[in-house]
Amino acid sequence: MFDNFPLWPQRASTLAGSVDALFIFLLIVTGLMTVLVFSAVIYFAARYRHRRGVPAEQIEGSTPLELTWTFIPLAIFMVIFAWGAIVYFKERTPPRDATEVYVVAKQWMWKLEHAEGQREINELHVPVGQDVKLIMTSQDVIHSFYVPAFRIKQDVLPGRYTIEWFHPTKAGTYHIFCAEYCGTQHSGMIGSIVVMEPAQYEAWMSGSPSGPLSVAGEKIFAELGCATCHRMDTQGRGPNLLGVFGKPVQLEDGRTVIADENYVRESILDPGAKVVQGFKPVMPTFQGLVSEEQLNALVAYVKSLSKPVGQPSVKTASGQEMAPKAPAKGSQVE
Amino acid sequence: MSMATAIAPPVERENYLNKEYGVGSWLLTTDHKRIALLYLMSITFFFFIGGFFALLIRLELLTPIGDLVQADTYNKLFTQHGMVMVFFFLIPSIPAVLGNFLVPMMIGAKDLAFPRVNLLSWYLYIIGGAMMVHCMLTGGVDTGWTFYTPFSTAYTNTKIVEAGLGIFVAGFSSILTGLNFIVTIHRMRAPGMTWSRLPLFIWAHYATSIIQILGTPVVAITIVLVAVERTLHLGIFDPKLGGDPLLFQHLFWFYSHPAVYIMILPSMGIVSEIISCFSRKRIFGYHFVAISSLSIAVFGFLVWAHHMFVAGISLYAALVFSILSYSVAVPSAVKVFNWTATLYKGSIHYDAPMLYAFGFLGLFTIGGLTGLFLSALGIDVHVTDTYFVVAHFHYIMVGGAVMGYLGGMHFWWPKISGKLYPEAWAKLAALIVFIGFNLTFFPQFILGYLGMPRRYYQYPAEFQILNVFSTAGATILGIGYVLPMVYFLWSMRYGKPAPDNPWNAAGLEWKTASPPTTYNFEEEPVVTWEAYNYDEIDAEQNKKEKEEVKVVG
Repeated sequence: MFDNFPLWPQRASTLAGSVDALFIFLLIVTGLMTVLVFSAVIYFAARYRHRRGVPAEQIEGSTPLELTWTFIPLAIFMVIFAWGAIVYFKERTPPRDATEVYVVAKQWMWKLEHAEGQREINELHVPVGQDVKLIMTSQDVIHSFYVPAFRIKQDVLPGRYTIEWFHPTKAGTYHIFCAEYCGTQHSGMIGSIVVMEPAQYEAWMSGSPSGPLSVAGEKIFAELGCATCHRMDTQGRGPNLLGVFGKPVQLEDGRTVIADENYVRESILDPGAKVVQGFKPVMPTFQGLVSEEQLNALVAYVKSLSKPVGQPSVKTASGQEMAPKAPAKGSQVE
Repeated sequence: MSMATAIAPPVERENYLNKEYGVGSWLLTTDHKRIALLYLMSITFFFFIGGFFALLIRLELLTPIGDLVQADTYNKLFTQHGMVMVFFFLIPSIPAVLGNFLVPMMIGAKDLAFPRVNLLSWYLYIIGGAMMVHCMLTGGVDTGWTFYTPFSTAYTNTKIVEAGLGIFVAGFSSILTGLNFIVTIHRMRAPGMTWSRLPLFIWAHYATSIIQILGTPVVAITIVLVAVERTLHLGIFDPKLGGDPLLFQHLFWFYSHPAVYIMILPSMGIVSEIISCFSRKRIFGYHFVAISSLSIAVFGFLVWAHHMFVAGISLYAALVFSILSYSVAVPSAVKVFNWTATLYKGSIHYDAPMLYAFGFLGLFTIGGLTGLFLSALGIDVHVTDTYFVVAHFHYIMVGGAVMGYLGGMHFWWPKISGKLYPEAWAKLAALIVFIGFNLTFFPQFILGYLGMPRRYYQYPAEFQILNVFSTAGATILGIGYVLPMVYFLWSMRYGKPAPDNPWNAAGLEWKTASPPTTYNFEEEPVVTWEAYNYDEIDAEQNKKEKEEVKVVG
């Protein structure tokens, strides 16, 4: 109704409702506090304005009153805190079976790659009603992936993955903004999320024939010779990667880490950082040898090795037999 | 008595202003009052530079497309607006001007503990400021005042190192001021001026000084690390060199969050003085107001990562920093309640300083309450880095801090200059500032919730109407800020001479002459009364008036 003068943002994800509910609660609570303070100030200012011969009445203060207005606000604040924490927890916990999209940010564009292989720039197509998880990294400075209609925002950092997710509820086109200042064209680093009805989405998907990201990753895995050491048996110089993703990994130094996207990434770029128990730190770094997109594909491939049997990507592990001769890669990568 | 002065030849009393003349007598002075005026001129200069940048920013944002300036220029404008306003105006504003002028007088001292260090602090400020001005004239900076890495260390080609060093040097001026205040307040109180008789202005400056001393070195070393990474390519913050960009944010906000309290605490101190005086009442809950200043200083150091809820910190770190952020909101709320309660059964006068204090109360309350939104994790994700944040911190740092600063300037102007400012103009200016401020920044809360990110040179067309409101408000606000400068300057020449205590205010500074002599007091005062003894002051005044009526009758 107010296309050119909106007063409330569009609400197009499940999180948007949760955020708005808390926001409205806060509007009411702080509105009441404002009314309370302002009406007291205005009333006192008018009622006790200076009159000749009427001196001010000196009041020292009142400890019970001080305690009251210390602890009642504190109690209200704790309610707000708890509610805010619950919403945040939801925002930070992507559902397990969410569709994955890899995001690479650079000055000044968004490159998005679906796990199914579609690549897009500054635009992301997703179906209504499906959980989508964004696995994001930056090629240069810090950016921030912000979709106001979904009430989600997450900084995108160079050198690591950050995650955010959403569940779109309404078809439409929504803004993607970069929300962390990133240089000259910061305000031009915008795009749109196109939320489509499932049927339309299927049609859109079939329009761009490309293999899944994990297959691309498998190819890179072979080309780089990773398979020489990361064999599908226990004889490799590096750990067998089958079924590793998402599981805890025992490290050489006694620590245990979960093999998540960031761990796989780190193991490729900085293999010596977290060596798996029983292996030697012999793997060379691939820093500078693989692009962010190739890294994403490799992560998608490692991930696909942990999908339940029956999914195609696990079966195609034959790729490693075709591994070309390559310098021996060290052990590690969980 | 009054007859006698009328007959006597109009010889001006000797005071700190007319004791000596000439540039040298100012540039080499160790008088805290003269140094305060040096600071007043310097920060006013920077305020209008920063304000000019703000005006250009608002003009650019009048339309959704970029048309007034280039994108790079716009980025430099908001960066330099922030750096100038934060480091060269807001942080020194009240402490270095009003604090410098009043801290010794309020506690009954002749000067600060280290008068030469005080002068040194002004020179450091001027050197830092000159570096900043030189940097801006020869290319400028475009990182945002936050210097986020790795953009600042590896990607921008603007003058990061020079701007950083300017801030680094100015930081030492801030440290020295804080150090001077702490020593002065501990060691130089007049006999009888016990801790619980200190004006709340002093308590506020004491708390501020603690932050200046503990916080500023951290930002100083952070800036050095940025310079080192940028020039020597040592990997500290840039992941490409093996550094951690979040480390920078932790270090930066460890200072820059408490820095907000450097700006607002002194303002709170001023408001306590003004509300008490113009209600003719002792401040309600004196001890709680004093303690709340200290607790803000302490808790203020424990909340820095609430600027980083979407930056990539862990879920649990976010929970901790959120709950701690609410803990710092409590003492602020306590202050607001105590000021409100002070009005109760008072005898309230509506002079210009009181109007500014009312303005402070309104704007600070809105600024503080919107802080509750930002500390709520779930909401912060949506509104952080949007105009909601811009509006929130302007309500605190401009609405609150500058309103308090202007209130204080009006309240103590008769003491500083020995002249009265034109009351009607001052009331008008207070009203214009209040209206202009709200029109500028309130629409930005809505813009932020709609999702307009900050630091945007261009924006989607649906945000335009609210931006037009904001720009309109900014021009009104600009007029409101220019007015006081004009009539203060006017009053120095044409204003009526001020009596020693025009407000009948409590506080030792009002027992000096207007303007005071170089050593403030004829003889060392001995304090035998409690702070804010307005009942005694007014009773005495009544008695005097009655006697005069009798004599005349």
